[in-house]
Amino acid sequence: MIEVKGLVKTFGPKPVLRGLDFTVAEGEFVALLGPNGAGKTTFLRILATLSRPRIGTVRIAGYILPGGASAVRRRLGVVSHQPLLYGDLSAEENLHFYGRMYALENRTERVREVLELVGLYPRRRDLVREFSRGMQQRLAIGRAVMHRPVILLFDEPHTGLDQDARSMLDELLREITSGGRTVVMTTHDLDRAAELADRVDILSRGKIEASVKNAAMDVVGLQKLYREVTHA
Amino acid sequence: MPEGAAGMQATQARRPLLEYLRAIGAVIWKDVLAEFRSRELLSAMLVFSLLVILIFNFALELDIRARETIASGVLWVTFAFAGTLGLNRSMAIEKDRGCLDGLLLAPVDRSAIFFGKAIGNLIFMGLVEVIVLPIFSVLYNMNLFQSGLLLVVLLGSIGYVAVGTLLASMAVHARTRDVLLPILLFPVAIPVLLAAVKASNGFLQAAEMADIWPWLNLLIVYDVIFVAVAFMVFDFVVEE
Repeated sequence: MIEVKGLVKTFGPKPVLRGLDFTVAEGEFVALLGPNGAGKTTFLRILATLSRPRIGTVRIAGYILPGGASAVRRRLGVVSHQPLLYGDLSAEENLHFYGRMYALENRTERVREVLELVGLYPRRRDLVREFSRGMQQRLAIGRAVMHRPVILLFDEPHTGLDQDARSMLDELLREITSGGRTVVMTTHDLDRAAELADRVDILSRGKIEASVKNAAMDVVGLQKLYREVTHA
Repeated sequence: MPEGAAGMQATQARRPLLEYLRAIGAVIWKDVLAEFRSRELLSAMLVFSLLVILIFNFALELDIRARETIASGVLWVTFAFAGTLGLNRSMAIEKDRGCLDGLLLAPVDRSAIFFGKAIGNLIFMGLVEVIVLPIFSVLYNMNLFQSGLLLVVLLGSIGYVAVGTLLASMAVHARTRDVLLPILLFPVAIPVLLAAVKASNGFLQAAEMADIWPWLNLLIVYDVIFVAVAFMVFDFVVEE
């Protein structure tokens, strides 16, 4: 579903990604770990068609970027640590707006479904700026799944959430990823990565330095591997 | 064969123009609704405009002759500065909560986002002009409600907003965006502002149409160029 070969990205003279190779099969949930500045967000932004690679090939759902970006965007849902929501619009209005941008049919019905999925239907008419961080993040997930994407990209979705909100978000993540969607999630949380993902990749110095399948994964072993890879 | 067809709506590929217009409409609707709730942008533009025309009115009070000759300049300085405030704020709202990424993730031609934002900005600038023009007429004792002059205001605003929206989307990524936008915008917008001031002055001084036409033509040409350039390069400008 996602195939990346020899990806290089630089900001000015500074290389961030240095010949990165990465593959995700259809329906697979991959967690991407790595220290700050390893290039996780940059990599996810390239997958999300928000940034262009300097060198390398990125193929998503059969389309090569950047040429096939528009077709890829129809199939992508993106959740970042920012909510991507308008504070002066209500939860319902935000979803209607994105529904229009994606030219969704039966929009009213879909907005209701999504609000119920993320547990915000009773608060649908409240302005987003009045929501807690956890509620905003739930609505952000609702926004990302509005158009029924087959690929979901999560960029540190747990950032800034308290324990209750994190647990609620985990439950929501399990629910929306149970339908065979392909998922790539960047995170600093090794426990959550081990718990949610089918595979954990460790990104360090602009490359995938290690990859562990869920079957072979235990949190202690993962922590050890992470330290070895990132401190080498 | 590309995968993931399940995520597609069947009608999406069939009606590209309708979807394009719908996306433009959605961006305008969102901007107008958000502004109706917050009133941040309009109130700032309006207060600033009123202060500028008041300050100029007091400064030029004793010299009626000078006031008549520079009124069109004062009018366009007011619109240009107020417009810059609005353009900056309009893009800052998109950037602050990551909403610009949300817009860029939508599967529409990115020029639709440009047109939606530009038309939204034009509406806000138009609203400010609708309020400022009668007050300006009273304070400067001039009749600004001439069809020719109103046409100049419209054409000047279109050109200014087109290039302003493009440059604001470029400046929004910078930390110093508030300072950067006027520095980028004013040199580029000089032809539009110059033509608008000259044409406005022509109508206010009841000059011959033959003297005003060249400036009107220049305004129209620059409007077409700015809109066309913005349409072509917006995709590259908004990307990192």
